[in-house]
Amino acid sequence: MGIIKTKDLVFEYIRRDEEGNVEGITRAVDEVSLDIQAGDFIAILGHNGSGKSTLAKHINAILYPTEGTVWVDGMDTSKEEHLWEIRQEAGMVFQNPDNQIIGQVVEEDVGFGPENLGVPTKEIWERVEESLKAVGMYEFRKYSPNKLSGGQKQRVSIAGVIAMHPKCIVLDEPTAMLDPNGRREVIRAVRALNDVEGITVVLITHYMEEIIYANKVFVMDKGSIAMEGTPRKIFSQVEKLKELRLDVPQVTLLAHELKKGGLDIPDGILTTKELITALGL
Amino acid sequence: MSIILDHVSHIYESGTAMEFAALKDINLVIPDGQFIGLIGHTGSGKSTLVQHLNGLLKPTDGNIYYKGADIHDHDFDKKELRSKVGLVFQYPEHQLFEIDVFTDVCFGPKNLGLSKKETELRAYAALKQVGLEDDYFYQSPFDLSGGQKRRVAIAGVLAMKPEVLILDEPTAGLDPKGRDEILDQVAKLRRETGITVILVSHSMEDVAKYVDRIIVMNKGQIFLDHEPKEVFRHYKELENIGLAAPQVTYIMQALKAKGLPVDMDITTVEEAKTAILKALGR
Repeated sequence: MGIIKTKDLVFEYIRRDEEGNVEGITRAVDEVSLDIQAGDFIAILGHNGSGKSTLAKHINAILYPTEGTVWVDGMDTSKEEHLWEIRQEAGMVFQNPDNQIIGQVVEEDVGFGPENLGVPTKEIWERVEESLKAVGMYEFRKYSPNKLSGGQKQRVSIAGVIAMHPKCIVLDEPTAMLDPNGRREVIRAVRALNDVEGITVVLITHYMEEIIYANKVFVMDKGSIAMEGTPRKIFSQVEKLKELRLDVPQVTLLAHELKKGGLDIPDGILTTKELITALGL
Repeated sequence: MSIILDHVSHIYESGTAMEFAALKDINLVIPDGQFIGLIGHTGSGKSTLVQHLNGLLKPTDGNIYYKGADIHDHDFDKKELRSKVGLVFQYPEHQLFEIDVFTDVCFGPKNLGLSKKETELRAYAALKQVGLEDDYFYQSPFDLSGGQKRRVAIAGVLAMKPEVLILDEPTAGLDPKGRDEILDQVAKLRRETGITVILVSHSMEDVAKYVDRIIVMNKGQIFLDHEPKEVFRHYKELENIGLAAPQVTYIMQALKAKGLPVDMDITTVEEAKTAILKALGR
């Protein structure tokens, strides 16, 4: 069993009108079974309303399955006795950095998590230091978060999660509100966590170029997994992705268009270097 | 000349320890009918700038003219200005509140004191302009998808019949198809009505595809102000201020460096395709 495993996971929202009467039931996640191995870099794609975020919220027990089971590191998330351990092992980063930062000073904010775990003071400071170094924010440790850019704030949020020593980190559109530089900084930090620290990463995003480093991509549609495979396999199917309201990186799209224009180019080009080779330059 | 900014500066918390110059001596002419992209890293002054255009913020120095009249003259009609210069904030769907979509879009024109009939005609036209189908008109706005909600919010501003439409990151958080749909609708609206559009965006690919002029902000000043191709020719300088050129521009530079005879100022995939096929003699 991998670090995150779901079996026939179903999640239903009950919609109610203003008087509280049940209007209907929406099935946001529909029989999803997946198995994520420790150390994986997983990306989840899907249009707005496809169920990505609902699925992600099951990984650290913010939501519980209506049917089926979710295990994090072998622990069933529906069992209350595992709750705190699951939340510590599977950290979560959300879209808006301003909603996640509470400290007046960067290092205090990062220390908040381990402090609540009851970690001894000396070790808290060690964890704060290593976490801020891991995301390249150590030199800003004495700053007020208000003085940071969006990308910097988001990296502080990530450091706050790492300081809990999680085995897995789930990022739900962490770059949606950032400028190009901020997006680059955050993705670089996330890749380093996976490569260097060996933390399992689950990245949810609408930016196709952010996922080319993933070992596996899941594409969601109507609460189910519609496609799964390596980025190259997924991005080889340009037309199918467009049907699912998604897109491909510009280099992949360009290669696809050139192929349609009569050039002999393989599907699923992911980088400029690959395009250069394919063009025989 | 629709909007003129003459030596506009804005200092927040002037005279305190928190003093911060968000805009420094901005001079700008925004003619009728242009499609303008406004880019800049977080904190560069974009949002402060657009809030000056409809008088939500008052310059601490300098003047702003709308159709030749100073908008901060004591006899200038600010209410009229706000209906003519429509501002759609980031995540505008958070401002939806009515029981159904149609009623929500009616809120703006109703407050202009228009008759019920005129209000409803405008709301209907605005919802059509953003491409929302009739089926959704009497649903709760909260039951719609992210992209649909955002279109309803934009319709709420369009129902005021603005002459200038300012969109502050209208595609943040939307899926790729949702992004294209919103921007295609805005481009179509502009072609059909000649409305001036100012698009604040973090997506270089989007601005390269849609706008005919890019204003780049940095540290409260205008860093560049040209047509897109000229702006992206300065990609090194853009990188230094936290921005970038569209991905395809970098691809073409790499191909050129490998000896493929292509132009350097390509900013869209369509142009790149044509240029590569031509360079390879197809």
